Amino acid sequence: MRRELRLAGFGGQGIILAGYILGKAAALYDGKEAVFSQSYGPEARGGACAAAVIISDEAIDYPVVTRPDYLVLMSQEAFTIYGPLVNEGGIVIMDRDLVETTTEGERIYRVPFTRLAEELGNRIVANMVMLGALAAATDVVGREAMEESIRTSVRERTVPLNLKAFAAGYDYLAQGEAA
Amino acid sequence: MTGNARVLTGQHFLMGDVACAEGGLAAGCDFFAGYPITPSTEIAERLSRRLPEVGGVFTQMEDEIASMAAIIGASMAGARAMTATSGPGFSLMMENIGLAVMMEAPCVVVDVQRGSPSTGLPTLAGQADVMQAKWGSHGDYEIVAYAPSSPQESFDLVIKAFNTADRYRIPVFVMADEVIGHTAERVTIPPADQIPRVQRKRPRYAPGDESFLPFRAEDEDLVPPMVHAGEGYRVNVDSLTHDEKGYPATFAEPHDRLVRRLAAKIRQNAHQIIEYEELLLDDAQVVVVAYGCTARSARRAVALARQEGIRAGLLRLITLWPFAGQKVWELSSQAAAFVVPELNLGQMITQVERFTSHPVVGVNHAGGAIMPPEPILDAIREVVM
Repeated sequence: MRRELRLAGFGGQGIILAGYILGKAAALYDGKEAVFSQSYGPEARGGACAAAVIISDEAIDYPVVTRPDYLVLMSQEAFTIYGPLVNEGGIVIMDRDLVETTTEGERIYRVPFTRLAEELGNRIVANMVMLGALAAATDVVGREAMEESIRTSVRERTVPLNLKAFAAGYDYLAQGEAA
Repeated sequence: MTGNARVLTGQHFLMGDVACAEGGLAAGCDFFAGYPITPSTEIAERLSRRLPEVGGVFTQMEDEIASMAAIIGASMAGARAMTATSGPGFSLMMENIGLAVMMEAPCVVVDVQRGSPSTGLPTLAGQADVMQAKWGSHGDYEIVAYAPSSPQESFDLVIKAFNTADRYRIPVFVMADEVIGHTAERVTIPPADQIPRVQRKRPRYAPGDESFLPFRAEDEDLVPPMVHAGEGYRVNVDSLTHDEKGYPATFAEPHDRLVRRLAAKIRQNAHQIIEYEELLLDDAQVVVVAYGCTARSARRAVALARQEGIRAGLLRLITLWPFAGQKVWELSSQAAAFVVPELNLGQMITQVERFTSHPVVGVNHAGGAIMPPEPILDAIREVVM
């Protein structure tokens, strides 16, 4: 089964790294096939940016995400651009403080990624909080696979903080705190 | 995130560009000269860090003309040398690519194609350099060009490119594209002792032996043995038409003899060089011929056509040059039509047309994004109607 994911926000939030870690988790530690690609504006920071990940049990031919089954939104601009493109029955997870919307639904999760990261001492790990929430809300990649991928992808001295942030996002949704 | 080993044996999650760099390292590349250009920059970036780690040389040159010249020089000194660029840089390299052909200097050039002509679309994909790879430098010559369709294949084909370059003493091109270059997938890197390595043919004569003619092709493969600078041989290497001794011989007869040999060493060995992948071709009525990122869209289109009961198949070109004309000709005996999707306005299609009398339909886009499967499927439907 082929599942498509899109992570979107602005440059500097670690969206691209998060997408890479997600794809790597599936391809190297979860026995799946995975493709990761990225798109971003000419600006390095502040411009719109998005990561696309496809995870499948079989070889992946066409490597493009068209209508994602899982959509993560970390900015208002990302919501405007990608919000309407989610697949029917798809799951949407958004930063509750950065995306303003009245859209509700049982498949919509609003998680304060950035605020939870700030509570851990550094907003730079908001992307790991987001991956944690994604792992809790979906069965697309196993928790252990994701944690191993984080361990092998970030600087060694930042591994504990990144894993803590991942756990914070995971627990937030796993414990049903989402409104 | 990288070790200090030359061959990073194991499983990795790499974008095509990085896989090209690791393929070079695994192949024993010890010299890279280049000028960064999107979407190939990650190759230079990776090698700028990795080559010094393993005792190799990374040089950033002032431009692509100099980059090409530098890898030719390194090659003549015995190095396994490569560069990486994109269309605008590939254009600048053309003069010296001819020099590499004439001097028979083995080297590898990766072209991560973007939208063109000129600076075109720096960050977006194209496939419009594939004819330039064959004909871009002046004169008659033959080269080999591979087209990877995944990061794994980027790794594998850079290794193969080095071996083909050394085997035939030619520049070899890896014609990647922005989609493959910037897409990450699992890449399996085998143990170092399982990486195939072709050694350059070396002279059977000792330095100083006057009967040694460095540009005489004594063997059936028409490839002369190669001496390296500093080994004690007195060898003249010239861009002018030269005789077997390597000295200028700018007359009609030696010119025809040399140019014919340079072309023949590839043409007569083409059957050993040409590679392709066959998908569902056994009973195919419609054959899609595709390469690089477009082959992935074509794979989907063929699967969708099969679901509709159309007997479609895919001939995925792994070597663009030499072209798999014989295969197209063989497929013509069973297939009724060919579909050739490309991110250009119709380049490799001209080669398909040379080897079949059946209808050949192009599906073309000038570039900027990977081609969706739908227009390819539409073309397949159209030709069976």
